[in-house]
Amino acid sequence: MIATAPAGQPVAADAAAEHGLTPEEWSAILELLGRPPTLEELGVFAVMWSEHCSYKSSRVHLRQLPTTGPQVLQGPGENAGAVDIGGGLAAVFKIESHNHPSFIEPFQGAATGVGGILRDIFTMGARPIAILDSLRFGAPDHPRTPYLVKGVVAGVGHYGNCIGVPTVGGELHFDAGYDQNVLVNAFTIGIAPRDRLFRARAAGTGNPVIYVGARTGRDGIHGASLLASASFDAAAAQKRPAVQVGDPFTEKLLLEACLELMQTDHIVAIQDMGAAGLTSSSLEMAGRGGAGIVLDLDAVPLRETGMVPYEILLSESQERMLLVARAGSEAAVQAVFARWDLEAVVIGRVTDDGLFHARWHGTEVCTLPVSALTERAPVYRRPAEESAALEALQHFDVNRVPEPVDCTHALLTLLESPNLCARDWVFRQYDQLVGGNTVVRPGADAAVVRLEGTRRALALTVDCNSRYCKLDPYLGAMLAVVEAARNLVAVGARPLAVSDCLNYGNPERPDVMWQFQQGIHGIRDACVALGTPVVSGNVSFYNETDGRSIPPTPTIAMVGLLDDVETFLTPWWKAEGDLIVLLGRSREELGGSEYLAVLHGIERGIPPWIDLDAEKRLHRFCLVASQERLLRSAHDVAEGGLAVALAECSLGGPGLGARITLEQGMRADALLFGESQSRMLVSLRRRHLGRLRDLARREDVPFTVLGEVRGSSLVIGDLIDLPVEAARARWRHALERRLSG
Amino acid sequence: MRWGVIVFPGSLDDRDALRATERVLGDEAVPLWHKDRDLHGVDCVVLPGGFSYGDYLRCGAMAKVSPIMEGVRAHADAGGLVLGICNGFQILCEAGLLPGALVRNRSLSFVCDIVTVRVETSDTPFTMGCRAGELLNLPIKHGEGCYVADEKTLAEIESERRIVFRYTDRGGRVVPEANPNGALANVAGVCNAGRNVLGLMPHPEHAVERLTGGEDGLRILRSVQLWCGQHGAGERSAPTVVSGP
Repeated sequence: MIATAPAGQPVAADAAAEHGLTPEEWSAILELLGRPPTLEELGVFAVMWSEHCSYKSSRVHLRQLPTTGPQVLQGPGENAGAVDIGGGLAAVFKIESHNHPSFIEPFQGAATGVGGILRDIFTMGARPIAILDSLRFGAPDHPRTPYLVKGVVAGVGHYGNCIGVPTVGGELHFDAGYDQNVLVNAFTIGIAPRDRLFRARAAGTGNPVIYVGARTGRDGIHGASLLASASFDAAAAQKRPAVQVGDPFTEKLLLEACLELMQTDHIVAIQDMGAAGLTSSSLEMAGRGGAGIVLDLDAVPLRETGMVPYEILLSESQERMLLVARAGSEAAVQAVFARWDLEAVVIGRVTDDGLFHARWHGTEVCTLPVSALTERAPVYRRPAEESAALEALQHFDVNRVPEPVDCTHALLTLLESPNLCARDWVFRQYDQLVGGNTVVRPGADAAVVRLEGTRRALALTVDCNSRYCKLDPYLGAMLAVVEAARNLVAVGARPLAVSDCLNYGNPERPDVMWQFQQGIHGIRDACVALGTPVVSGNVSFYNETDGRSIPPTPTIAMVGLLDDVETFLTPWWKAEGDLIVLLGRSREELGGSEYLAVLHGIERGIPPWIDLDAEKRLHRFCLVASQERLLRSAHDVAEGGLAVALAECSLGGPGLGARITLEQGMRADALLFGESQSRMLVSLRRRHLGRLRDLARREDVPFTVLGEVRGSSLVIGDLIDLPVEAARARWRHALERRLSG
Repeated sequence: MRWGVIVFPGSLDDRDALRATERVLGDEAVPLWHKDRDLHGVDCVVLPGGFSYGDYLRCGAMAKVSPIMEGVRAHADAGGLVLGICNGFQILCEAGLLPGALVRNRSLSFVCDIVTVRVETSDTPFTMGCRAGELLNLPIKHGEGCYVADEKTLAEIESERRIVFRYTDRGGRVVPEANPNGALANVAGVCNAGRNVLGLMPHPEHAVERLTGGEDGLRILRSVQLWCGQHGAGERSAPTVVSGP
């Protein structure tokens, strides 16, 4: 391992390379300090200047995202973002990746990913009320995929289940592009009083810096710098020691103790020890507050003996927090933590010299200007260029694709395919109910969670179609935002704001950097149009193995609000005789569709086009209609197209059939399985048809009565006749069968 | 009446139990801290779901020796009502207040679902408002809910009608497909010989509102209310021992 030099001794250039720093970055360090750094200082630079902590390749681009709006209480830059949800309450949320660790050790990697994002939320003073996950794996028949899926799902479940926060939704996708780099993105939302949000700005010279929670061990050293900020190669498995181990029980105690302490006025600033542990938490708090900090490393509670300052500074042991308290509050803080059987130890003080001092055994092992590690960290404008191969990939001649002979069979094949079959096997492993406010459980367009003690509710979703992003990274990112918003609207919620998790390959490659820029532009344009600012997020680069990058995957987590929880909608049909209406227009768009991929093995073409104005009109229409209670169900038409959407409305809930008539005017497969955007399937009582049609005319939303809820089969003209009960069993068990077979 | 909900470190459904009894039922409900011994005069003490003390050793193994359990034992011995839900059921078995044990689900996976259980007897304070044979839809969410007991114990609790709930299909039939965790004889809940201590894996406190999981859990909680109403709730001076079958 790297830490071989004696504590406090200067190191030379070769040590910098071992730490993943470039020769230019080494020169910059020498210039900033006017001397060579000590080993400990070098370790601190390596983590603080790592891609994971510094956002050095993404920072200039992230500035383009819209981050403000009347609803925004806290934008990017803190532990999490926050929006106003009325009644004096704030919703605090963020999505974060734990991709690299989860590939190396799926159970602990995923579990600690959930643990980390939970801490980000309660650090802000919010009680976490829901978790969602966005998971991406390689082809289901890749030998490692079942192991990874089972480990990650069990890991996500383990942490959420044991800490008592419900996992209420999420997504799961398979694509050979993730064979060597899985994606595990976890989202958490919490609720806090609007005027009691806690931030991570150290202030007040002489104020104590207090360490709370689990003891520091040797786990996770260089998780942020060497694991998360580099590509994988054949030696990836050897990085297993850099994966942390989670203890949700300790985190539950930490959560309760922190929230209890936050009822008082003892805390000045608080930050969780996540990536780069003690180093980044202390430096970031000092940096935001424009202060200095002195740490006494001898006081840090340790799990094992013989740990050296380098390890203490860089450990990523989980379930730890750092807080700055008011001078004189030490005993009061300790009393709260003692009640929860947790340690709270004063390990330092806030200073006014702008320096980061770390002392150990009478030696000052670090003396660094805080700004050198935070605002003066490197910023790169990396070259970006479209891949030469992309144009060929976009070229696709639909006329060479044979139309299916048996459309019912084609539909069943899609319903059993890994990306469209039911996710019950996953969600059964998650406690969806603890907290007692889950109104719409996983499996609908979005989850709905009631706000305790109010009539309001939050709607939550995570979305991204990475095939779209691979074929057009700009349009794909836009479609991810739009679909997320449409999913919220489908359950009756008004979209409020976004947290994004931008998963890409190696930023040092111009084609990846181009994908990233395009993705940012797509998110920007869609978020501006929909009025949903980005309030928090995370960038995960280096999702690459042996030079092969993942498909660009900008996961969009979106939060919406229902003013009256009773107006929520679910996708499935409710009663025989209800009318079924398609909102929006179907075009002949098969490019990038699930149908082409599953039935023809083709992943080419241009993703469906999006008219953001039409999309906004659809949202307005649906929200008015749901508020006036004119709808019985609503479901977004997404992957798999109209036929799959209709089938989902039949297969979920009570399991009712439908009689549908479609006007042909295009190829049958495009009609059934094309993925044109800005479409929604709704059902309604017959007597509401007139009012709804008027509303559609007023909002200029295309409105087509397709048929009615009837019988025990889904019948679409003479194209499809699908018995619901038999199809439901196959749809429900397909995932489990595929992973076990 | 007055409910008490124990808060162990790692209790998770304690807030839900408090909400159900306080906000939904409109009763008085107080949290009871695991480090205390005093039950503060409650009529029914609830051991809620969760992972007490992390359950790293064995579910309930640590909780059974916590100070509050002395109070629970005394309360139970005096005929007071004790309701163990999920982790609470595990703790009561560990503590010897209920027979048998709960082990890892046959599937080896955590399971969250809505299941149907049949009320096997209305002759307990927790089911006196139900009909025997009545079906309730209740949520489950556990990794270790597989009820086991030796043959003799099982025969004994069968004959004494101490199996209070069983997992069934929607038609009320006790079939293997309706068993979510591999429990012996589809056992979902049992009571002690005095019938004043009940443990069950399903969560009645999560089925108390139409909007969030249905209202079938109220059948159980209201039975407790009814029983306490008839047996002088709040008058702790003369605890009534409920007679056996």
